[in-house]
Amino acid sequence: MRRLVLIAVPYLWLLALFLIPFLIVLKISLSDTALAIPPYTPTLDLGAGWAGVKAFFTGLDFENFWFLTTDELYWKAYLSSLQIALLSTIMTLMVGYPIAYGMAQARDEWRPTLMLLVILPFWTSFLIRVYAWMGILSREGLLNQFLLWTGVTNEPLTILNTDTAVYIGIVYTYLPFMVLPIYAALEKLDESLLEAAEDLGCSRASAFWLVTVPLSKSGIIAGCFLVFIPALGEFVIPSLLGGSQTLMIGKVLWEEFFNNRDWPVASAVAVILLLILIIPIILFQRNEQKQREAEG
Amino acid sequence: MAQTVFEPWEDPDQKPLIQFRNVTKRFGAFTAIDNLSLDIFEREFFALLGPSGCGKTTMMRMLAGFEAVSEGAIYLSGQDIGPVPPNKRAVNMMFQSYALFPHLSIWDNIAFGLKRDRLPKNAIGDRVSEMLKLTRLEKFAHRKPHQISGGQRQRVALARSLAKAPKLLLLDEPLGALDKKLRQDTQFELMDIQEKTGTTFVIVTHDQEEAMTVASRVAVMDEGRLIQVDTPARIYETPTSVYVADFIGDVNIIEGHGTKSGDGYDVTFAEGQPVLHAKTSRDLGSAGKCYLAIRPEKVSISAEKPEGKTNLVKGAILDIAYLGNLSTYHVKLASGQIIKAQTANTRRIARRDLTWEDEVWLSWTETAAVVLES
Ligand SMILES: Nc1ncnc2c1ncn2[C@@H]1O[C@H](COP(=O)(O)OP(=O)(O)O)[C@@H](O)[C@H]1O
Ligand SMILES: [Mg+2]
Repeated sequence: MRRLVLIAVPYLWLLALFLIPFLIVLKISLSDTALAIPPYTPTLDLGAGWAGVKAFFTGLDFENFWFLTTDELYWKAYLSSLQIALLSTIMTLMVGYPIAYGMAQARDEWRPTLMLLVILPFWTSFLIRVYAWMGILSREGLLNQFLLWTGVTNEPLTILNTDTAVYIGIVYTYLPFMVLPIYAALEKLDESLLEAAEDLGCSRASAFWLVTVPLSKSGIIAGCFLVFIPALGEFVIPSLLGGSQTLMIGKVLWEEFFNNRDWPVASAVAVILLLILIIPIILFQRNEQKQREAEG
Repeated sequence: MAQTVFEPWEDPDQKPLIQFRNVTKRFGAFTAIDNLSLDIFEREFFALLGPSGCGKTTMMRMLAGFEAVSEGAIYLSGQDIGPVPPNKRAVNMMFQSYALFPHLSIWDNIAFGLKRDRLPKNAIGDRVSEMLKLTRLEKFAHRKPHQISGGQRQRVALARSLAKAPKLLLLDEPLGALDKKLRQDTQFELMDIQEKTGTTFVIVTHDQEEAMTVASRVAVMDEGRLIQVDTPARIYETPTSVYVADFIGDVNIIEGHGTKSGDGYDVTFAEGQPVLHAKTSRDLGSAGKCYLAIRPEKVSISAEKPEGKTNLVKGAILDIAYLGNLSTYHVKLASGQIIKAQTANTRRIARRDLTWEDEVWLSWTETAAVVLES
């Protein structure tokens, strides 16, 4: 009985926080738009009994999903999101790995401070930080003033409202998600393994590639998924930092919901996004599982 | 044909493989190795023995190249290895923690060093097979380190460090993690492998029995200094200091006043006790404070007073430690000293005649005790 309760709790949790919302969104995606509150039909009328349930199910169809294939905006937005998420994940890795490596190399008494510095941005609102980037990247912003002052450029650069600004925003926002798992892997690395590699004829650099990198692989994979998965559906950063030509599925989703008030199409977009994300989420879980087994 | 004894350290024409020349190593203000000089010869199985923290690992790390000397120099085959980085030294180390690469199979662990030398593929394969055979690991070649036992991991570490056929192999407490039975088997295995490969081994241990078993010579260390470097037999039979006598095996140390007499010293150690005599070739001056070190197995014990013994004392049995093959009697003299005497239990227990509080006589020969300076 106790066991049953223990098992039931996480499943109820999943049911309440994931499955039910998902089913609601799925249902809306199969509905039609309507000028009503809520803005779609059919709605389940339990008062009408069995006939009501039947009417409800016959009212559902895949029309919205079909619609997504007819307008190239959607698949272009998916592809462009995938591309932006992928590239920014790689960039985050390239920035995050050296930071994590430096933290793991630092003296013991410095590590808590460095860790704090990595987590510190989380203590202020995400929106405020994105607005701060607008201030930095705009034509009159800090970055341009600095570049003009040092004479690197004569003309202020247009960075804000371009894809570049979106990449900067994503790398900045998700950096801690990359740094922390890699740091956790590097911190566990036994120093004597590197000495053994050197003893057997490796230079410092090849010891890094042959020992440090493979042994931090699980941290790299975890970090990449932790950045890629939320970056794919990101909409605040492309809305605020990106330009009109920046196409991301999160932004499209937002516009369908709130500008067009087309909840069924927006829900269909969301369901597809979720299906795309299931693959990396499963891969991520597998990586975590393998990691636990290797340690256990 | 007479078998030649392996004693290169006795031969002045032999060039040592390793030379420590006045080596000092400091960590900040702390001196870990203190002005140490030492020669180690080719094909030796050399043991560094000493209590924890005396600097054994530091010596190894300086040989492997992970620590630079603060003063002095280390020579390998006559060449100063100070400027040579660890990956360029013909020295390999078997780490105390084994340091096996967890992401590589046993086969790849052993091949790791060979691949760094860019040997052709089949040469690597042959050498790895040879090493696997030598350490009896053929069956485990494709397992990962976490899928084999501690004893097997230890053999992988050995195979990996031997694979490159180094001039010098360093073993830092290689058997520390093994249980006693496996340790003893592995000690003989190590000696066997050392003989087969002809590699010079330097082994670190804090277990004196292990050092005595495997080594051609033992260096007893304390606080960054060498106290005595000698063959196991000489370390045991003729220690040159109370520290070494006490560190190796069981020993009776008697403090007294010595005066030169004939070919040795007469030692008075307590009022009412006879003067003891010990032969020695060493000169400790004409008179002064000294110590006698006597191994318990060299002390005879008997109920009746034996005739014609130079060193004879009387006491009462305080304690008997029965060790199966041996028994150690703790005998208290009238003057308060406790002397241990050890006898082999060749007779059944029921027929032995000595028991607690019996009055007994202890005696030993003139050559049994070693005279040591204070
Ligand atoms: N990197 C280091 N920094 C400071 N002190 C050290 C370092 N390595 C070793 N020591 C000190 O040097 C002494 C000898 O250490 P070690 O050679 O490891 O001893 P052993 O192997 O004989 O137990 C110890 O007191 C140890 O604390
Ligand atoms: Mg040590």
